[in-house]
Amino acid sequence: MSRFTPEMAARAAELVSLYPEPRSALVPLCHLAQEQDGWLTPEAMEEIAELVGVTPAEVRGTASFYDMLHTEPVGRYLVSVCTNIACLLGGAEELLEHAERRLGVRAGGTTADGMFTLEDAECLADCDRTPCVTVNHRYVGGLSAEAFDQLVDDLRAGRRDDEIPPHGTLVRVRRSGGLRVPRDQVASERQAMAAAVAQRAEAAKAAAEAQGAEGAQGKGA
Amino acid sequence: MAVTDAPRIVTARTGYEDSYTLERYLATGGYEGLRKALSMTPEAVAAEVDVASLLGRGGAGFPAGRKWSMLRKDPVTYLVVNGDESEPATFKDHLLVERDPHQLVEGVLIAAYALQVSQAFIFIRGEFALGLERVTQALNEAYDHGAVGADIFGSGFSVDVVVHPGAGAYICGEETALLESLEGKRGFPRIKPPFFPAAIGLYGQPTVVNNVETMSNLPWIVLHGGKAFAGLGQGRSAGTRLFALSGHVKRPGTYEVEMVKTTFRDLVYAPVYGAGVRGGRDVKAFIPGGVSAPWFGPDQLDLPLGQDEVGAAGSMLGSGAITVMDTSTCMVRAAWRIAKFFARESCGQCTPCREGSGWLERVLRRIELGQGREEDLDLLLDVSDNISPGLQWPPQQTTICVLGPSIPSSIHSGIDMFRDEFLVHVKEGRCPVG
Ligand SMILES: Cc1cc2nc3c(=O)[nH]c(=O)nc-3n(C[C@H](O)[C@H](O)[C@H](O)COP(=O)(O)O)c2cc1C
Ligand code: SF4
Ligand code: FES
Repeated sequence: MSRFTPEMAARAAELVSLYPEPRSALVPLCHLAQEQDGWLTPEAMEEIAELVGVTPAEVRGTASFYDMLHTEPVGRYLVSVCTNIACLLGGAEELLEHAERRLGVRAGGTTADGMFTLEDAECLADCDRTPCVTVNHRYVGGLSAEAFDQLVDDLRAGRRDDEIPPHGTLVRVRRSGGLRVPRDQVASERQAMAAAVAQRAEAAKAAAEAQGAEGAQGKGA
Repeated sequence: MAVTDAPRIVTARTGYEDSYTLERYLATGGYEGLRKALSMTPEAVAAEVDVASLLGRGGAGFPAGRKWSMLRKDPVTYLVVNGDESEPATFKDHLLVERDPHQLVEGVLIAAYALQVSQAFIFIRGEFALGLERVTQALNEAYDHGAVGADIFGSGFSVDVVVHPGAGAYICGEETALLESLEGKRGFPRIKPPFFPAAIGLYGQPTVVNNVETMSNLPWIVLHGGKAFAGLGQGRSAGTRLFALSGHVKRPGTYEVEMVKTTFRDLVYAPVYGAGVRGGRDVKAFIPGGVSAPWFGPDQLDLPLGQDEVGAAGSMLGSGAITVMDTSTCMVRAAWRIAKFFARESCGQCTPCREGSGWLERVLRRIELGQGREEDLDLLLDVSDNISPGLQWPPQQTTICVLGPSIPSSIHSGIDMFRDEFLVHVKEGRCPVG
């Protein structure tokens, strides 16, 4: 596996520049590496560490916390079957068992040809179409056993590739917006604003006091 | 059946095929709220939100206006939008990020202006690949339109908004874990105090964290005024709210309904909402606000969908996720699956949560498999009591975050409401419902 290609390296640099602190780009860069290599290779973790200013162990330690970041190779298609409560009520356990038989792997496993990794997922927030299935994090709807078989056939034949891109949740995400407001400009604007607010409050208080004093005088008279 | 004629506030445009484009957004009043906000003082915008009584839509229901007023004064402050949406059976923000991303962006800009923050971040769970695409695209279009970036609409106000992808971890929905994650770390909730990020948040700076739906209400509130919003619903539960209806109903989906004036029964049975229970069966139980919430039985269907009303009845509206279980449901299995979820998603920092969730899952699994013992029911309650003493509602807090104390809710409900069904599993090694 490899380091970031020049195009990916440019996107990586842009991601880092979006944040006040480079380390915030750690997870987005892991997504980027998975887009390139399909999983998070040791080389990628080293490069990400350099880019965000931490050690490779910190990248691994962080990445291992997250379900979507794979520090071991996964299949070309990551098939996730949600078995959480709404999907359970809609037959998810049965669908998962069917999927295991059909693909010949247990949940968590990858087929020998490297085509499919099957996953028993937690709620994927698509609970009105049950049991919910995603492929490379694209929703394919609630599936019956037959529809699942059709999906597998289609994927194997490459018939869904236009719809379901390869790995990487940011594959189709490009930031083209032109803005970078220089941070010091924003800070000085905010400071001026805060000063103005304080001044206004001060003036209002002074006015209220003056009025209060007048009122008191009035009463006294 | 109360289907009120309240306007649709956050789902006004979701019926259009191209609802996510700038063209459609502008043609349906888009960015008018932002223009109006920019013509007001930031304080005046915040005052409208306060008057609106907009309760946070992320789960805790804290009033947005009050949260904003707690933001500590500092030249560098942040706004972070919570689009982690991982509470099981919650799928309302999913609709908002995919179908109306401009509305979210506009809401974020209005809040950024009212709060005068240095930068805003929209955290979206990584599994929302399409949502991430749509919100980023909306931001790109908004930059071109002059609605975000430097000198917005010539007002002199500038702010940058960054879309940040999550990577699959339920706990990152907890606001301090979310901030850790946004800082590029493991999603470990922070030790309290400070209780609110408004004092110490992202990079140690004062930060407001609000939910996606909370933000999406802002364009309407600014355009129509806080009073108009407060005129919908009743009491503190003002406006409309999205409810994600799932489980054994004929028409599961996300519905926007007027708060308090609508009941659970309306939502489950009205033809325009759930349209009744599948196969004409009856409701056995339902979860009113996500799997952290205690269950309700059919006798509570007539409760109004209001925060305080549901709270007083011993549960919560939480994340707005209502899951209906009909008479064919095995309650042991339902409780077991929820326990399994918590066991998988506990971040592991606190012993009661980490160990307790694992124990509960294993004991429930053996009951479900017909290998349970009669003492197991007491064991379940005992372990639950060790996680949150007294098993009361709202639960006692023993851990760093409220994930831990949320674990016993469904188990306690299950045993309380369906003890006989649990006992048949234990004594006869089978499920009485099939
Ligand atoms: C374990 C846990 C998970 C949570 N998940 C979410 C979530 O996915 N989305 C969300 O908006 N709030 C979630 N919350 C609530 C947030 O901590 C926070 O209260 C909320 O984002 C504030 O926004 P609001 O005031 O607009 O509701 C979660 C809380 C806990 C304890
Ligand atoms: S209660 Fe559970 S999820 Fe929350 S911090 Fe403790 S161990 Fe982590
Ligand atoms: S419970 Fe399966 S997608 Fe939500």
